[in-house]
Amino acid sequence: MINSMRYLKNVVTLNLDKTKCTGCGRCTEVCPRTVLTLSNGKVETIDRDACIECGACSRNCPFEALTVSAGVGCAYAVIRGALKGTAPDCACSGKSDCC
Amino acid sequence: MEDKEKGPGWIKGWVAAGMGFVPVISTRLSLEDTLGGVCVRWGIGRMSYRILPGLYAVGKPDADSLVLVTANYKLTFDSLRKNLEGLSVWVLVLDTKGVNVWCAAGKGTFGTEEIIRQVAAVNLSSVVSHRMMILPQLGAPGVAAHVVTRMTGFKVVYGPIRAADIPRFLNNGLKADPGMRAVSFTLKERLAVMPVELIQSWKIALAALLFHVLCAFAGGNTISWSVFFGFLPYAGAILIGCIFVPVMLPWIPGRSLAFKGWLAGIVSAFVYILIYGHQWTGNLVYLLILPAISSFFALNFTGATPYTSLSGVKKEMKVALPLIVISVVFGVVLQIFGLWRLL
Repeated sequence: MINSMRYLKNVVTLNLDKTKCTGCGRCTEVCPRTVLTLSNGKVETIDRDACIECGACSRNCPFEALTVSAGVGCAYAVIRGALKGTAPDCACSGKSDCC
Repeated sequence: MEDKEKGPGWIKGWVAAGMGFVPVISTRLSLEDTLGGVCVRWGIGRMSYRILPGLYAVGKPDADSLVLVTANYKLTFDSLRKNLEGLSVWVLVLDTKGVNVWCAAGKGTFGTEEIIRQVAAVNLSSVVSHRMMILPQLGAPGVAAHVVTRMTGFKVVYGPIRAADIPRFLNNGLKADPGMRAVSFTLKERLAVMPVELIQSWKIALAALLFHVLCAFAGGNTISWSVFFGFLPYAGAILIGCIFVPVMLPWIPGRSLAFKGWLAGIVSAFVYILIYGHQWTGNLVYLLILPAISSFFALNFTGATPYTSLSGVKKEMKVALPLIVISVVFGVVLQIFGLWRLL
């Protein structure tokens, strides 16, 4: 059941620097896609293509062992951002109370 | 209705907390709460469905009770409190501008700074004697747990993704099973996010309707049943992109959402013209425009799924968007050409 739905292959920007990893396991706790696992005191990437680049692992790594170009996989936000010349913007925020 | 004197109906009373009093909230959803939830799922008042940030109480919490952190989107708050029946805990509501935990974490409003700010604002260290708080796991993209601990003294424990798993998580001694840590996208969950997609399609539906009616007029038709029936394939293409693809998501071949939408669109366009089709230009117009519409809406569904990445979305957009535009432009040109020949 876990990770039964898969997106495109070989696109994600997730990167793990094992020399910095202390094996605290925080990243395995926060990853919602079971991409990472602990083995022999270090973290290992077991399911790279399942990564959705949410950035939870890198944000919560105190040792900066994980890097990922985080963002939300939303085409609507990318289109809006491109039209406005900004970063992806999904308009799902409280700025527009008008509607 | 909200009574100005008493506050919202889900506040049952007040309890002493540290140096002040905080509202005690109900763990049962009223009819009003449920209807409000249905409305926002259909996009009604979705941007202003929020509650006041701050500290709330469930049951009869004391200085030893756990602290659960959540967002101030009322749909989120409701799904949390209805799963806390029989418990005595504190609930710290962050100001996420009325956005759910996952999306707010992506924007950083469910984030490190906001937690530090709220912990100070409600004087959490005077309310509880322990130094630990439980965050929803889906808030993690916005929160650097080690920074929160350094700045507030509170240890961060990431709880389960789904509020429904909280009682089991607490009974497990704050340990999450692997199942609690992985996002799912079940049929029920896909159906829940589908209405908003459908509502947001109105601009394109309107454009297709205008195009269709203008062409009908140019071809010498007035408003009639045949014009109405002629629009049904366009409406169908939108429904395929917004409903059929989300529902059938795991079973439609391909990994790209745009491709799934195009495939479902072209198959149904073929079925339609096999049954109702007549001259070749009209058929070709349908084959060019309908799958493109379905494909566009399926591509837009990427934002509602929990399994797409930004890099992946950008990659498929680079291929799909030009093809969608070219396909629609060819279809429109062909339609105009067909009309012109007819005149």
